[in-house]
Amino acid sequence: MIGIVNYGAGNIFSLTSALERQHLNYGMVNTEADLDKYTHIIIPGVGHAGAAMKKLEQTGLVGPIKALKKPVLGICVGMQLLTDHSEEGDARLMGIFPLKTRLFDKNQGIKIPHMGWNNIEHKNNPLFDGVANETQFYFVHSYFIEYNPIFDIATANYGTPFSAAIQKDNFYGVQFHPEKSGTAGELLLKNFSTLTP
Amino acid sequence: MLSKRIIPCLDVKDGRTVKGVNFVDLKDAGDPVELAWQYAQQGADELVFLDITATHERRKTMIEMVKSVARQLNIPFTIGGGITTIQDAEALLNAGADKISINSAAVKNPALIEELANAFGVQFVVVAVDTKLVEGKNRVHLNGGRLITELETEDWIRQAENRGAGEILLTSMDHDGTKQGFDCGLLNTITQMINIPVIASGGAGTVEHFIEVFEKTGVDAALAASVFHFGEIPIPDLKQKLKYHNIPVRL
Repeated sequence: MIGIVNYGAGNIFSLTSALERQHLNYGMVNTEADLDKYTHIIIPGVGHAGAAMKKLEQTGLVGPIKALKKPVLGICVGMQLLTDHSEEGDARLMGIFPLKTRLFDKNQGIKIPHMGWNNIEHKNNPLFDGVANETQFYFVHSYFIEYNPIFDIATANYGTPFSAAIQKDNFYGVQFHPEKSGTAGELLLKNFSTLTP
Repeated sequence: MLSKRIIPCLDVKDGRTVKGVNFVDLKDAGDPVELAWQYAQQGADELVFLDITATHERRKTMIEMVKSVARQLNIPFTIGGGITTIQDAEALLNAGADKISINSAAVKNPALIEELANAFGVQFVVVAVDTKLVEGKNRVHLNGGRLITELETEDWIRQAENRGAGEILLTSMDHDGTKQGFDCGLLNTITQMINIPVIASGGAGTVEHFIEVFEKTGVDAALAASVFHFGEIPIPDLKQKLKYHNIPVRL
């Protein structure tokens, strides 16, 4: 069963609806003790990374999440929280990935936010089982995680190559919104639910 | 590569979808939830729901309808109409809306754009602008085109971007309902002027109009209603033809 970290930064209704459409059971994680109830943990998140980090800190869940050995999936800002730092609010984040979350550079002739469907190139990680390469996912973000070959499991391009998905041990992150990415996104959520630690 | 988006717009009144010709003379075109689901199956990239009576009659957008849509739909959608406060927007966010669109409320209280962007992020805030050419100037109109304002369209859009709009939905009232094509001249001016995504709206009648707006302007998305609602342009056909013209689309 999937536990959703409920820290007040995001559109949880869309996520829970997507899980329901896939017949995946879920519950909410409000306290450290709740983490034990679930086999898989999702950290959702939209909005401001710095503000989201403050909210997550207020729940007291940062330490316990970092110590988890079960599969954890950060979505959008939830993914960015797993990195060291975000330029959004010059915020220090969880530091699970030694990566930085940076603002897209408008001098590259791109519009910000990066909003819409973009294709990804993935590296056959189990999270993308059954997802064809170059499949498009729905992105909406102004900040991105720098491409790093060690942690990158899917790459997208918007002015610059960036990580559409990352993995380190049991920690996963996706910059796009699987709950809004059609059938491919629903498949990814289903894949996550079957990952073993 | 980022795809150009095709966005059916569902104008909603009393829980039913309607589409007016030049925003008058409403026609019933179906149940919004069912239509939304069908559009997702057809390959629509996103949906916009506008409660077209909301501003005029001061009614709030229906939260229950938004929830029903969010339960069924696996693509993003925007809700507009009658949103005047942070609380309105938050209720819609919690009901599953990906973005909200504000129009009159932003003109009357431009600081609302900043408040919404600060509270929920710029990606959540679409500023919808209805424009009409009056004595050689593009002027912002309110209340579905009923009310002219002092604002010049270019100035207002620039201000909206500076205040934190994440996207502009630009409807040409001169083109809306005519099926004679999008206002490519104005759309081109606007997309060169700002650095946030722009949705073209008003005037779609044929597939060629969509090709034209993507080839001649820098818009990121094209929105239409009746040509989709009445099956005049099937979305899969439209996307195939856009692809044939080397316009990036999601198939």
